[in-house]
Amino acid sequence: MSDVMDILANASFWVAVLRTATPLLLGTLGVLLCERAGVLNLGIEGIMVAGAFTGWLTVYAGHGLWTGVLVAALTGAVLGSLHAWLTVGLALSQHVSGLGITMLATALSYYGYRVSFPKVNTPPTITPFEAMDWLPIPILGDQTALTLLALLLVPLLAWVLFRTPLGLAVRMVGENPQAAEGQGVAVMAVRSGAIIAGSALMGVAGAFLTLSAFNAFFFNMVNGRGWICVALVVFASWRPGKALLGALLFAFFDALQLRLQQSGDGLVPYQFYLMLPYLLSILALVLVARKAAYPQALMKPYRKGER
Amino acid sequence: MSPPSSSPVVLQLHGITKRFGPLVANDSISLTLHRGEIVALLGENGAGKSTLMSILFGHYVADEGEITVRGQPLPPGQPRASLAAGIGMVHQHFALADNLSVLDNIIVGSESLLRLQSAKRQARAKLVEVARQFGLVVDPDARVGSLSVGERQRVEILKALYRGAKILILDEPTAVLTPQESEALFATLSQMVAQGLSIIFISHKLGEVLRVADRVAVLRHGKLVAEAPTAGSTQAQLAQWMVGEAVSLPERQPAAQVGGEVCSLRHVHTTASAKSTARDRLVDVSLVLKAGELVAIAGVSGNGQVALADMLCGMRRPGQGTVQYLGAPMPASAVALVAQGVARIPEDRHGTGVVGDLPVWENAVSERLRSPWFSRWGWVRRAQARSQAQHVSRQFDVRGGGLDAPARSLSGGNMQKLILGRALLAPQGAEGVAPRLIVAHQPTWGLDIGAVRFVHQQLLAARDAGAAVLLISDDLDEVLALGDRIGVMHEGHLSPVLPFADWSRETIGLAMAGSPMTAPVHQR
Amino acid sequence: MRIEKRATPSKLAMVAAPLGAVVFTLAISGLLVLWAGAPVGATYLALFKGAFGSLFALSETLTRAVPLILTGLAAAVAFRARLFNIGAEGQLYAGAVAAVAVGGMHGGTGFELPIYLLFPLMLLAAALAGAALLLGPALMKTKLGVDEVVTTLLLNFVMLLAVSYLLDGPMKDPMAMGWPQSVALQGDLELGKLIAQTRLHNGLLIAVGLAVALWLLLQRAVPGFDIRAAGANPRAAAFAGVPVTRTVVLVALLSGGLAGLAGAIEVAGRTSYLTLDMSPGYGYSGIVIAMLAGLHPLGVVASAVFVAGMLVGADSMSRAVGVPNAIADVIVAASLLSVLVASLMTQYRLRRK
Repeated sequence: MSDVMDILANASFWVAVLRTATPLLLGTLGVLLCERAGVLNLGIEGIMVAGAFTGWLTVYAGHGLWTGVLVAALTGAVLGSLHAWLTVGLALSQHVSGLGITMLATALSYYGYRVSFPKVNTPPTITPFEAMDWLPIPILGDQTALTLLALLLVPLLAWVLFRTPLGLAVRMVGENPQAAEGQGVAVMAVRSGAIIAGSALMGVAGAFLTLSAFNAFFFNMVNGRGWICVALVVFASWRPGKALLGALLFAFFDALQLRLQQSGDGLVPYQFYLMLPYLLSILALVLVARKAAYPQALMKPYRKGER
Repeated sequence: MSPPSSSPVVLQLHGITKRFGPLVANDSISLTLHRGEIVALLGENGAGKSTLMSILFGHYVADEGEITVRGQPLPPGQPRASLAAGIGMVHQHFALADNLSVLDNIIVGSESLLRLQSAKRQARAKLVEVARQFGLVVDPDARVGSLSVGERQRVEILKALYRGAKILILDEPTAVLTPQESEALFATLSQMVAQGLSIIFISHKLGEVLRVADRVAVLRHGKLVAEAPTAGSTQAQLAQWMVGEAVSLPERQPAAQVGGEVCSLRHVHTTASAKSTARDRLVDVSLVLKAGELVAIAGVSGNGQVALADMLCGMRRPGQGTVQYLGAPMPASAVALVAQGVARIPEDRHGTGVVGDLPVWENAVSERLRSPWFSRWGWVRRAQARSQAQHVSRQFDVRGGGLDAPARSLSGGNMQKLILGRALLAPQGAEGVAPRLIVAHQPTWGLDIGAVRFVHQQLLAARDAGAAVLLISDDLDEVLALGDRIGVMHEGHLSPVLPFADWSRETIGLAMAGSPMTAPVHQR
Repeated sequence: MRIEKRATPSKLAMVAAPLGAVVFTLAISGLLVLWAGAPVGATYLALFKGAFGSLFALSETLTRAVPLILTGLAAAVAFRARLFNIGAEGQLYAGAVAAVAVGGMHGGTGFELPIYLLFPLMLLAAALAGAALLLGPALMKTKLGVDEVVTTLLLNFVMLLAVSYLLDGPMKDPMAMGWPQSVALQGDLELGKLIAQTRLHNGLLIAVGLAVALWLLLQRAVPGFDIRAAGANPRAAAFAGVPVTRTVVLVALLSGGLAGLAGAIEVAGRTSYLTLDMSPGYGYSGIVIAMLAGLHPLGVVASAVFVAGMLVGADSMSRAVGVPNAIADVIVAASLLSVLVASLMTQYRLRRK
């Protein structure tokens, strides 16, 4: 127990927590946006890989870091458009489309990497974002600008969803698209827009990994974070504020298990520590299962004119 | 009701035609609406009324014809355009989001999506004012999911009024209301007309049409077959237009011989659970069903009929009380019930009655698949099953794509016939084993008059062969035509179940609204 | 021209759709070949030669197809019942672990039993291990309404970590000089070769046999009807007397069991020991295979051979032409999306006005 207290008392632990939470927060907000509009986006794992790759590749090719972030967002948006076309335009299975996009985006990224760097053994590196030294706030000042962006997105997204007509349209489309149509809302356009915007966020989440947390692209980088975000959205009851809470809570346990592993006595094999994030996500899903207030039209395809 | 044909024309439909594949839903329909007028659109299920109104409201685009509103042509296929032209629609199945508030449901789509902030305060004030103007009471911040049916309809109406609708379309608005709630609605309609609104009122209830509307337009098989002022028209005349032939109201066929008790419920309560709503429960229900008798349960849908039907179909157990069948506690499994002679006709033929993706022949034997007739040691006896399916198909005149077509390809009427045949016909080789109890839940919903007659015939034939028949229906005409004894459900309570002669339309209506029973009135 | 919904799905389209999807995918993937700077024609030629061009190539393809048939069947039976089992990868490893645990040579694994008992016991243990891993998510879905996609996915990661732990410790092969692999199977448990001098083993017969058995079950048996009905419309199925919850559990056992068997048969037929990289995503490929086959068990065999051909052919092609073999994964993933779109063909038709 004193081990744990030692860890918690160390400021670098909290820095790690916030850093670990950032991609989860961005990814969760992205999924949240899609699901509020009624669409499940299982492409997140692949979109994060693609965002990580394209963002990194852009910087490797000599462009600025923020350009890399922008490219990653665009990559996410393009993949999101594909998902939107399949699920909204053609009303196909959201599960299969999402999984297909994850598989495709991941495979394309690895293929692209191999084609671009056929003979390297260690992944080439770039210079990532630097800590925000100009910010006098502790812990936050040790983060990069992307973390600040993620944190600012929380109140922004909350405002848009709950205080603007656009956000109301998004929510209505996710609850009862026929009713929204009857009120003059362009359902397909709003749904597609939400998916594209959410997927762009997912792309940025991936870019955070290569441009901020680490400085290179390697295989199995995302390692299931996308799926964890899907679980976190349910845990967050589709609210941006709770998404932040969930991401922080999760990152807390993740960072803790890493530190415990290192300071531990070797009795518990390290693999069990690594299992914790995934098991915790499953636990989170089970705990909120009964009370989850799903957007009512989630996963139901919408066909115009079909009543 | 003043004849407003002298007031200006607010809406004109010209030659509207709409096809869905080979089906002509609307055939060159032309209609005029004047200011301050209530026009009823009358027709059977499938006559084309809802399609026509959906075109007007922009859900569909007409293949031919045009619509002008106050002289201006209406851009087709856009609810936005129809809303802007002052057309509002109150749908039959409310278009509401349960998880959002009343205010949110009403204002969505009314502000530009580019606005940085929603003007909620002004919207709330405007809503309160509009509600007051028309005498409709709602709480803007209530979550829609928590409202009653009547309140939800009020929200639907306010949606249209808030957007400044001057032409209001109401699609079967009284389908979910008690007679007394319907009166309140009619009063609201008068208020609206007094304020200069014009109303199109879709219905298939003749009495209502005569009571409420100034003019009636009758649709049949997609064509406009008659148009007349209601003053001076009779129900018989309307019925004839609706159906196309002289319609005599069917003769009642009272039960000839009532036998012993087949099934009973005694002091049955459903278990309370977090999920069950007030409407989905039974409270101290007692009912006795006897051989050779048809008991009809009236009541607006949603007052516990589902719970009652489920309990007799093996889908639910009572929390308290007993359900007896043939002298023993009623078995809880569907398979056991069917084996013991219970014939079940569920309310929702698409969603519960058949598995749409599976072929017709598998659906025809689905209930008895586990019995020795159609399976052995876990393997399906295919030849026997298909033969039975053929038998059902022939006896009950099920028309469609054949035994191997997916069940969802059948029309509503044919699907219902399949379900009836499946329930009423014994497996071949077991003739003489007729069902002892028939539970029919809204068996004629959405069927054309030929199919309705067929279903009624089958139910009466089964009754006369000695079965106990329980008919649950929200169609009062059906209840009065078939019931030997009649009961009414309201909020989980069952009224005393009295012989047909002890009821009148008025007392049934009161019971549907939950008024305590007064002394039975002997009246026809 | 208009698009109109069909009343009954067209049988012709059901076969044409996946074929069309595959052809389209291969055409599009040509762009990727160009990006790698290789000639498209030569590349595809090398791909097909590497997959089907010689007896050896064919044997390699069929060997690769064995676990794919089984994971394809696992996905097909689960998806039919609307149980989205994305955890076949983990279930495969669970089966492999169980196989080694029951049939291992030494070091704390394996039992001393006559082969005719031990072999079936090993397969049974593998099937049960795979089934057990899926049972949790399946019950969470039926009792709590938790979406099984995420839970099965997350368990894949957990299972892989468990395997890593086992290979580090309890199941480590003491004679492998530090290489992370498990204890080997007892020699008699290994599956015999179907074609001598190749890697193709009798596991193919087991896999095809299971495909036929599954098809018979679905079409001719009462539990098969239950599975199809519960997947299509659970409410109507319950009304007709189908025990829906029990059926979902049955499906979970079948699906997880098939995936577990895939792991055991890979160990018994191809490698004879368990390693961490034994499955390059067979579980996920199984989903694509099932979708390409329209969830039809016999179709699964054909589409598994196709996907296996892509994977094997890509390896040989990348040696010949220099295009990264990752192109196979792109082709497989793109096939999934293409067949999804092509499935519209079976539901709708084009009509002249």
